[in-house]
Amino acid sequence: MKQLLAFIRKEFYHVFRDKRTLLILFGLPVVQIVLFGFALSSEVRNIGITILDNAHDNNSEQIINRIKTSSYFVVKDPVLNYRDIEEKFKEGSIKCALLFPSDFAGQMSHLGKVQLQIITDGSDPNTATIVVNYLTAIIANYQQQMKPAPQLSYQIIPQVRQLYNEEQNGSLNFIPGVIALIFMIVSTALTSVSIVREKELGTMEILLVSPFKPIMVLIAKAVPYLVLSIVNFIIILTLSVYLLDVEIKGSLALIFAESILFIITCLSLGLLISNRTNSQQTAMLISMMGMMLPTLLLTGFMFPLENMPWIFQVISHVLPSRYYYIIIKAVMLKGLGFSYVWKETLILAGMAIFLLTIALKNFKTRLS
Amino acid sequence: MENKAIICKNLTKQFGSFRAVDQITFDVEQGEIFGFLGANGAGKTTAMRMLCGLSFPTSGKATVAGFDVYKQQEKIKASIGYMSQKFSLYENLTVFENIEFYGGVYGLSRSEIRKRGEEMVSTLGLTNEAKKLVGGLPTGWKQKLAFSVAIFHRPKIVFLDEPTGGVDPVTRRQFWELIYEAAANGITVFVTTHYMDEAEYCKRISVMVDGKVEALDTPANLKKEFNTHSMDDVFYQLARRAQRTADQS
Repeated sequence: MKQLLAFIRKEFYHVFRDKRTLLILFGLPVVQIVLFGFALSSEVRNIGITILDNAHDNNSEQIINRIKTSSYFVVKDPVLNYRDIEEKFKEGSIKCALLFPSDFAGQMSHLGKVQLQIITDGSDPNTATIVVNYLTAIIANYQQQMKPAPQLSYQIIPQVRQLYNEEQNGSLNFIPGVIALIFMIVSTALTSVSIVREKELGTMEILLVSPFKPIMVLIAKAVPYLVLSIVNFIIILTLSVYLLDVEIKGSLALIFAESILFIITCLSLGLLISNRTNSQQTAMLISMMGMMLPTLLLTGFMFPLENMPWIFQVISHVLPSRYYYIIIKAVMLKGLGFSYVWKETLILAGMAIFLLTIALKNFKTRLS
Repeated sequence: MENKAIICKNLTKQFGSFRAVDQITFDVEQGEIFGFLGANGAGKTTAMRMLCGLSFPTSGKATVAGFDVYKQQEKIKASIGYMSQKFSLYENLTVFENIEFYGGVYGLSRSEIRKRGEEMVSTLGLTNEAKKLVGGLPTGWKQKLAFSVAIFHRPKIVFLDEPTGGVDPVTRRQFWELIYEAAANGITVFVTTHYMDEAEYCKRISVMVDGKVEALDTPANLKKEFNTHSMDDVFYQLARRAQRTADQS
C-alpha cells in the first residue's frame, strides 16, 4: 500500500508538471463545450415516426403517403392508442408521432378547419424542431394542392429547412457525447501514453526489476487518471448547467456510477493499447484514430446513426461510448431510472470486464 | 555456497531458432566487482535479464543472492539493484522526489527514506540541487545519482548495464569510485561495459562471444593467457571469433 501511494504521488507530479497534459486535461473540456455548444450542429434524416390514424380516410392516407415517400422519415409500426406512443418514445425507436383526429376529412370539408397533433422528443431539441418543420412543410404542401389558391391572389408558402442550427438549445444532445469523448481522451489516450512513456524512457525496466508487482504498476497508472477523469466530469457538468442551461433530470448518483463504469472501460482500453505498443506516437495514434474518431463519428451524438450505411451501424455496436451515450442521455436528459438503462449498463460492464481481463493478461511482466 | 552472490550453470536462452545465451557457467563472489564483457549482440543483456528476473531461462540453473531464478524471482528482485544503459530517473521529478519514489517502491519507510536520502545527497554534493528537477542536472551527476538510487535500498547485488555510456572520462573515473565504495560496503557489482579501461577496474571479467562465455579470469591473467599487454587486445582476439552479426538484441 505504501508502495502504491508512492507510485501514485509520482504520477500526479508527472501530470501537474507536464503543461501539455494539463492543457489537454483541463483545456479540452472547455473548448469542446464551447465548440459544440455554440458552433456545430447536425442535419437530421431517417427520423423514426409513428402515426396514430383515428380517421382512416382518404385525406389522412394521402398525408401519410407523403410522409412515407419523404426521405426524412421512416414510418414505424402504427400504434393503436395514445399510451403506446409514450412507450415507443421511451424505447427510443421513434423521434416523433403524428395524430389524426377521428373525423379528419369531415372537419376539413365542413368546418374548413382541422387540427393535427405532432409529438416530438424534447430531450433532443434540435431534431425535434427540425422534425416539426419537416412535417409542417409536408402538410402545408398537401394543403396547397388540395385547395389551389384562388385566381389573382398569390399564396406564398415558405418551406423552411434549417441548415445551421441557431439559437436553439442543442447542448442537451451533445453534452453526453462530449463527456464520452473527454473520457476517451483522458482515460484511454493519456493513460496509454503515460505507460508507454515509461517503456521509452527505460524506467519500466527498472520498475519491473523492483519488487513492485507488475499488476500494481498498472493500477498505480490507472488510479490518477480515474481521479482526473472524475474531476473533468464535474467540470463538464458544471459548465453544462451554468453555461449552457442544461437541466439534469435524472439521478446524479446514477449518472456518476455509470460514468465511473465507462471510465473503467476506457482505462482498460488504454492499458490494452499500452501493452501492445512501444512508442508514444503509436499509442497516441491508435487512441486518437482508432478510438476517438469512431467515438466522435459513430456514437450518434454528432451524426445520427440512423443515417449511416449498415456497416457503420454494425461497427457502432462494439463501441463502448455508444452505450454510455444512450445511458447518459436517458438518465440526464429524459430523467429515466436504472430500469430503462440496465441493458446498456450490462453491455458496458461486460466490455469493461472483458477488456480489463485481456489487458491484465497481456501485460508483459517480463521484457522478452 | 553462502559466499557466492551469483551461480550460473549451463544457463541458456533460446528465441525460436536463435540461441541468444548458450550454456553459460560462472560464479560471482560476494563483494566482487565482476565485469561482464562482450561485443554487441553477444548475449550480455539477455543473460543479465535472466539473472534479474526479467526473462525466464530456457534451460540451465542459476541462483542470485541464494535465490532460484525460476521460483524465487520476487525474493531476487528485493535483493538486487539495477541500472540500465538508458538513464532511468524521472527528469520532471526533483532529485529528492526520485529518491522518495524509488525508496517507496522498495518499501522503505518515509523516515528511513528521508534519513538515507539526505545522507546520499550530501555525499554526492547535491544538497543544493535536491529540490531541482533531475532534467536540469549535468549528465555526469545524473549518472552518479542513478547509481546511488540503484543501491539506495542496500541490495546485495547491483547489476549495471553499460552504466557509463556517453559519459566523459573524468566522470567515469568518479563513477568507478562510487562502485568501489559500494563494493567496499559489501555490495556485489555485476557490470557490463565496452570500455576496456573499466574492465581493468574489475576484479574478474568474463567475455561473451556468440552467447558463450569464452574467457573468465582476472584481467592480469587474461592478458598473460592471450600474450598481450592490453585488455583491448584480449577483447579483440576473442571478439574476432564471433560468427553472428552484431545488434541482435
